[in-house]
Amino acid sequence: MTKDECKQVVLDIIADIAPDEDLTNVKPDVRLRDQLQLDSMDFLDIVMELRKRHGIEVPEADYLHLASLDSCADYLTPKFDALAAKR
Amino acid sequence: MNSGSHYDVAIIGAGLSGLAAGIRLAHFGQRVCIFERHNAVGGLNGFYSIKGRKFDVGLHAVTNFVPPGTKGTPLGKLLRQLRLDRDELDLCPQKVSRVAFGPAGEIALRFSNDWTLLESEVAGHFPRAAPAFRALVEWVRGHPLAGAGSGASARAFLRDRLGEPVLEDLLLCPLMFYGSARENDLELDQFAIMFRALYLEGFARPLGGVRPLLRVLLDKYRAAGGERRMACGVRRIVAAAGRAEALILDSGETITATHVLSSIGAVETAALLAAPEETVESARADEGAAPATAASPVGAGPGRRLAFVETIAVLDRPPAALGWGDETIVFFNETERFDYAPPTLPVDVRSGIICFPNNFEYGPGRALAEGSVRCTCLANYAAWAGLEEGAYRAEKQRWFDRIQASAQRFLPPGQPPDGLARATVATDMFTPRTVERYTGHREGAIYGSPVKHPDGATALANLHLCGTDQGLLGIVGAMLSGIAMANRHVLAAGAGAAA
Repeated sequence: MTKDECKQVVLDIIADIAPDEDLTNVKPDVRLRDQLQLDSMDFLDIVMELRKRHGIEVPEADYLHLASLDSCADYLTPKFDALAAKR
Repeated sequence: MNSGSHYDVAIIGAGLSGLAAGIRLAHFGQRVCIFERHNAVGGLNGFYSIKGRKFDVGLHAVTNFVPPGTKGTPLGKLLRQLRLDRDELDLCPQKVSRVAFGPAGEIALRFSNDWTLLESEVAGHFPRAAPAFRALVEWVRGHPLAGAGSGASARAFLRDRLGEPVLEDLLLCPLMFYGSARENDLELDQFAIMFRALYLEGFARPLGGVRPLLRVLLDKYRAAGGERRMACGVRRIVAAAGRAEALILDSGETITATHVLSSIGAVETAALLAAPEETVESARADEGAAPATAASPVGAGPGRRLAFVETIAVLDRPPAALGWGDETIVFFNETERFDYAPPTLPVDVRSGIICFPNNFEYGPGRALAEGSVRCTCLANYAAWAGLEEGAYRAEKQRWFDRIQASAQRFLPPGQPPDGLARATVATDMFTPRTVERYTGHREGAIYGSPVKHPDGATALANLHLCGTDQGLLGIVGAMLSGIAMANRHVLAAGAGAAA
């Protein structure tokens, strides 16, 4: 998986959990919280949807890696790749 | 339906909090079952039919209404968490409401979903208190949405901030009527939540009342894979080693669950833990028989419980045609100070709520088929509970007329004076006894115990409270309570455990 594909996975999840947010101009290097109205309940949902849809586990200690799209991609892409290698 | 005896989560009660919790949990793959003693969903926000006419029990209005696109509000959180489209709820805004004090409502404040109306009413009637009021509003806006349940007194806080007892009572009256489980006061965090829900946000109603809302929730729950057992409550919770080990159902079956979420109330849950091991003849016929013991792990909580009666008159014309204008809700109180406490008489007709379900903005071509007026007053549970059937009916008739007469003092004089009687085509009335019978909430206490449990925790590690006694109230609050407790005790805990 490329990092851009990984970012799209995260954006797709955000589009479903927060359909009232405009995601057309999300800056990858800016914290999601600073450009979208997302609270801790929404971040829990991003984690839960990653597990439900993709089998990716994000331990609570690693939530900070989900701060921006770039940090999401850095953190999640290896996890997606590791999962794909197992299959 | 009975597809097995172990669930990830068992939810007791199919009210709004139980359904919302169920949707969250089922959506994330938990095996969930909701156990409901009644044969219909809704709990304290239920519905019933008499002679083909549909009635709602709880819902006057959905509070927390904000226009589409308003983010970071309880309604917005609710929609996101349950993956609901706002249009599915068909929330139609109120027209205008009023709180009126004095023998004929001489001291009044009007408010609507446009916050500036109340702001200007306060400035006009209480000019000296206006700056303090603005500061109060700033404090409310900055107050966290999920209250910590400090237990502080809103009354003491307002006395100190406003220094205007009548304004204090005018502001508190609707907030208490729509959500205080505490006599003559409101817990401070609850005050902030309610102030925002009623005054800064506002009222709305689906054209079809509570039914379409419950239908949306049930469809979501079913689509997510949730199970439910209707007419099958939980008779007993078996505790062992600090955990809820098993649930014994009304049917006699025993089931187990990794987590149990109880929406039935703290005392009511405690009673299930204290229930005798031998088969109770019928838990349904035995409401109130199993007292919560002092040693109960959940804890009963002191203080008297607040109960209500409500009259409903169905009219052959819209209420506006009786000369009553188009107000949505009127909170009334005949004196300058407001007494929010269980009355010694069966009903306290000095104060109450008048609700006109017709007076919401349903949109072009959409209107309720019939008119109706609902009047709600504080009631004395014991006075109603002890009556034998004939006397109970007679008392209902007697108080029905008194309640309506009292309420009418706060409306413009009807045209003609006996217009209400002539326009009435059907009536109904519920009492604390009705509420207790159909919802299982002790003493018909619509807002539950005066003591709340904000973290939903009990002494049993896997038994959690949601709903009325967790602390969030109202339609939106009830659903958020189920969501928050499901997140906190099951989903977040599970996510952490996976680490």
